[in-house]
Amino acid sequence: MASTGSTRERIPAIEGYFTLDEDAPRLIGTRCESSGTYFFPPEHTASRAPGHDGPLVEVELSRTGKVWSYTSASYQPPEPFITPTEEFEPFTIAAVHLEAEQITVLGQCVSGVTPDDLQVGDEMELVLDVLYSDDEADHLIWKWKPIETSQEAQR
Amino acid sequence: MSDREVAIIGSGMHPWGKWGRNFVEYGVHAINEALEDSGVPWTDVGFVAGAGTVRNGYPGYVPGATFAQAMGWTGVPISSSYAACASGAQAIQSARVQILAGFCDVALVVGADTTPKGFLAPQKGERATDPDWLRFRLLGATNPTYFGLYARRRMDLYGATEEDFAHVKVKNAAMGALNEKARYRKAYGIDDVMASPMVADPLRLLEICATSDGGAALVVCSLEYAERLGVKNPVKVAGVSTVTPTFPNTIIEMPNMSTDSSAGIAPPAAGFKDSIALAAYEESGLGPDDLDLAEVYDLSSALELDWYEHLGLCAEGEAEGLLRDGATTLGGRIPVNVSGGLGAFGEAVPAQAIAQVCELVAQLRGRAGDRQVEGAGVGITINQGLFGHGSSVICRR
Repeated sequence: MASTGSTRERIPAIEGYFTLDEDAPRLIGTRCESSGTYFFPPEHTASRAPGHDGPLVEVELSRTGKVWSYTSASYQPPEPFITPTEEFEPFTIAAVHLEAEQITVLGQCVSGVTPDDLQVGDEMELVLDVLYSDDEADHLIWKWKPIETSQEAQR
Repeated sequence: MSDREVAIIGSGMHPWGKWGRNFVEYGVHAINEALEDSGVPWTDVGFVAGAGTVRNGYPGYVPGATFAQAMGWTGVPISSSYAACASGAQAIQSARVQILAGFCDVALVVGADTTPKGFLAPQKGERATDPDWLRFRLLGATNPTYFGLYARRRMDLYGATEEDFAHVKVKNAAMGALNEKARYRKAYGIDDVMASPMVADPLRLLEICATSDGGAALVVCSLEYAERLGVKNPVKVAGVSTVTPTFPNTIIEMPNMSTDSSAGIAPPAAGFKDSIALAAYEESGLGPDDLDLAEVYDLSSALELDWYEHLGLCAEGEAEGLLRDGATTLGGRIPVNVSGGLGAFGEAVPAQAIAQVCELVAQLRGRAGDRQVEGAGVGITINQGLFGHGSSVICRR
């Protein structure tokens, strides 16, 4: 018998924000073709670049970036946050700057990463993880995961 | 630019605290104190500018009318402003513009709130198009999350320490202890702050402003009206900034999950937070060197340091030096948050930007008692409301 985890449906916690490629997920943004500006979350209504009117095309954003800053959620956030575990476990949040798109995107860090593990400028990659689960499915979200460099592996 | 100045001839505040009573009660208390201070009877008020609250039902959305009715309908025209933490500054601006346009001689500005305990959170319901709802649902990002991000960045970039942040709290608590309107009037030591539980690394419970009940009001009028009333050398509003960001804003701000992109369009020379004070400086013809005191929005201890730089009190990365040198404490070169700041008050959202100006008024009139900044002649407030609301007021004698 397969383990129960493998049979649960995995669905995005929000539609249209990221691809569901589990090995190499990417955030989905839009790009204003006349200004060269990117938008995440994807802007579909109108370009928010002043003086530009698009068109807006959907694009996948870079999978890796550098830490702009980071902090912890040491207390349980209020609703509509859904605590994924019976007992709240503090987590780390990072703002990661994507070089090509010149945009900084917030995300939770994967479990086990603490603020003491991070520094401004550290390389991070995008992964998918469970935000919360209910009777129907595991609801997925993007998270940031440190890319272990050889230097870090040594220390 | 004296042709754009208005006078503040009365200020009033309900003490800050946590009682859970009707916010109207706090506002009316503040109004009566301000009117009494000015000598202007309610029936002479020509305009009421209310700052709104989203936590108290319909009366909170229509504060101008709520307070006009509570004081007794006189047919007075009103405005109601909501701009998150910057609501109070927008109400001040609304009153000022009415006076400068000649629509009225004397106006009342008021804001009051009753807030629930704990993190400020979005209203109930499923709203996947509301960024404020989404950041809680998808990321668990509370307001302190953003304060923590700014603080950690200061540590990595400028060598700020957790002790520096605690120092801000200790400084402001000592001054807040002297302020009868403050909610927290206890002095703390660095060790007390460092021993409080972590909320958003590196910020601890005592370094993150609470949410409070409170109310503040101002009586604002034309210079001619003040003269007719016999007020000698009144406190004057020399500049008001209510700017919004210029695209692209490259700093992550509440309630957003991302910044604007600067891939296609270069960021403006002055970032949003710098632009807030710049607009007030430009309008008033005054600059950082003219200031005798500043009231800044210390939603967290570390955020106060950011404001030193955004006000131009020092260069980027030098705020810790200014703090360590004692420049920003009472008796220093440029005292900051001598009221005790949000650390000693806790935030009563629509009242807070008005309360900042109440402190300037007390200081510039020389009526601040034990926390008086000697010879205070020019002061500035600065504040930012989520969703892109800048707010700054410069007052002078």
